[in-house]
Amino acid sequence: MTGQEHLIHRYLRSSKRFPHVWCPGCGIGILLGALVRAIDGNGYGKDDIVLISGIGCSGRLPVYLDFNTLHTTHGRALTFATGIKLAKPKLKVIAIMGDGDASSIGGNHLIHSARRNIDITAIIINNQIYGMTGGQSSPTTPFGLHTASSPFGHLEHPFDIAKLVEAAGAPFVARSTVYHARILERLIGTAIAKSGFSVIEVMSPCVTHFGKWSGIGSAVQMMQWQKDNTVSIEKARNMTPTELQGKVVTGVLIDAHKPTFHEEHARISREMKD
Amino acid sequence: MKSNRVLLQGSEACVRAAIAAGCRFYAGYPITPATEIMELMSRAMPKAGGVFIQMEDEIASLGAAVGASLGGVKAMTATSGPGFSLMQEHISFAAMAEVPCVIVNVMRGGLSTGLPTRPAQGDVMQARWGAHGDHPILVVAPSSTYEFFDLTVKAFNLAERYRSPVIVLADEVVAHTRESVVLPSAHEVEVEDRVRPSVPPEWYSPYRDPGTGIPPMAAFGEGYRFHVTGLMHDINGYPTERQDETEELMARLFNKISKDFHLLQWYDSYFEEGAEVTVIAYGSVARSALRAVRTAREKGMPVGLLKLKMLWPFMRRTVSQYLQSSRSVIVAEMNMGQLSREVKRVNQGTCPIHTLNRVDGRMITPEQILTAIEEELR
Ligand SMILES: Cc1ncc(C[n+]2csc(CCOP(=O)(O)OP(=O)(O)O)c2C)c(N)n1
Ligand code: SF4
Repeated sequence: MTGQEHLIHRYLRSSKRFPHVWCPGCGIGILLGALVRAIDGNGYGKDDIVLISGIGCSGRLPVYLDFNTLHTTHGRALTFATGIKLAKPKLKVIAIMGDGDASSIGGNHLIHSARRNIDITAIIINNQIYGMTGGQSSPTTPFGLHTASSPFGHLEHPFDIAKLVEAAGAPFVARSTVYHARILERLIGTAIAKSGFSVIEVMSPCVTHFGKWSGIGSAVQMMQWQKDNTVSIEKARNMTPTELQGKVVTGVLIDAHKPTFHEEHARISREMKD
Repeated sequence: MKSNRVLLQGSEACVRAAIAAGCRFYAGYPITPATEIMELMSRAMPKAGGVFIQMEDEIASLGAAVGASLGGVKAMTATSGPGFSLMQEHISFAAMAEVPCVIVNVMRGGLSTGLPTRPAQGDVMQARWGAHGDHPILVVAPSSTYEFFDLTVKAFNLAERYRSPVIVLADEVVAHTRESVVLPSAHEVEVEDRVRPSVPPEWYSPYRDPGTGIPPMAAFGEGYRFHVTGLMHDINGYPTERQDETEELMARLFNKISKDFHLLQWYDSYFEEGAEVTVIAYGSVARSALRAVRTAREKGMPVGLLKLKMLWPFMRRTVSQYLQSSRSVIVAEMNMGQLSREVKRVNQGTCPIHTLNRVDGRMITPEQILTAIEEELR
């Protein structure tokens, strides 16, 4: 066994019945690995972490891991996360969401969590489609794509999730892909360590549905697609909009500071006592 | 005994009660006629060392309250009809995951946006069946400022005892009426807290029935790492579709409350001696009913009042007794007939039941009820 396998086994729940629910070739498992390495790398104790998810294939992630874990309702992970963070400010609260979960049904919670600057790390697994329900279009599905619910081509235009949360006020926004697993791990580590609402958008292949509808194909081909179509933010700065067409820009997109909700609330409580 | 007489609005009594019961988290969204509760909480919570947050909507408000409760803090939200509709998803979640929380619904008039500033009792059935899926629920209904205090404290206690969402179904009149009340002082208030696990973390199964039907509840972040989900789950909280496990869970969810039905008969009875006609009412209507019954008695009419303080689970045992001892019953409520359906259901055809309904945003007056009583006895 390699050292890496040992690490993951330290964090997987031994009491949980396996196999897991994900399709072979799905990117969510790679994210799970990166998340565990990031948490371990930051030196947090298992009791310090709360993993909260919504509903979708992504929502099934927390149950496998030996942390405080909560699988909530579709789109609402951040609302529960808000309550937990404010009840127990010492905990590191991480919300795992799908793209539909976070930006469609949960879009309101996403922008308001960003605006409020609640100290939560939001990991949005963007596979550009509804995985769990069978490949319907999501708010990040490319214009024109045929899906299970857009049989004549998608008539709507996609969200840029990173830009959305930036505009809503998130002080830390990053994007990566599961192909760039090591970079992803570092970004997650940075985001969790940072106070305030941090968002990591993780491009992840839904082989079963997006692979099929987009015609990109198999797991390997989807990985290759991620490799070929991403540009780091450093490189992107020197590229023209035409050159950037169709590319996914990765890296730390926003890194700012503003007071968090719970710090401000704690200040008011202190002042009331004095 | 140091007690304090104060002039209080129902909403203020509710907030004081929540704090006395140990509530230290409030999340809400403004809505008439529940806004006062929220505004009072925005001051009271930081003072009490708790947290107040105004969320982006009512779905988020109850989500945050459930999250806080999982963090070990007693939590509450308050709303009215439109917001209560939005909360149903998380009422179902809280019932399934067995997370204590208190939801105050100050009922206002009408369907949809309806009559925002006027009273009604149109959410009686929504409080019972609004959330999807068969689920147990506890609903109390105050009729006065004092009862708003008393039943809010009890709502928190029920939530903790049964690990369940509990709904305080008030109405606009009860929330806005200002009256003089004597409230118990802090140490006189009986407060219950959820049972915490006594076993070490490695032995803890968050949904194992200890024999009472109510598993001890650990808080997140205190060494007991466990899983919570809205999916059907086994005793470890892990998703399951196994028939034996889902059956067991559903049975336990219902039995944990139904085994205590005899303890959950919360009502006040007035003039029951020799009553041939019984008026059944709850919430602010019970006040009009009491006035009407009193006047009727002064005129020598054999009539009594049964005021229900717990609506769900429905007090079958108590109501049946009154149905058997009365020649007829009048159910008065500010809706098109909601609780009366339940009264009819337990009646089994033995007692004529008359309904007195009003849905124009006005209170049912004592005169209306008195007229109904006179007709019954004619
Ligand atoms: C309120 C509600 N509406 C709809 C659903 C059905 N549903 C389950 S998962 C899902 C979408 C999943 O897509 P996404 O959020 O992108 O996550 P993925 O499965 O791709 O990880 C939907 C619509 C639900 N569970 N709850
Ligand atoms: S449906 Fe798509 S997102 Fe869901 S597990 Fe399969 S590959 Fe992954």
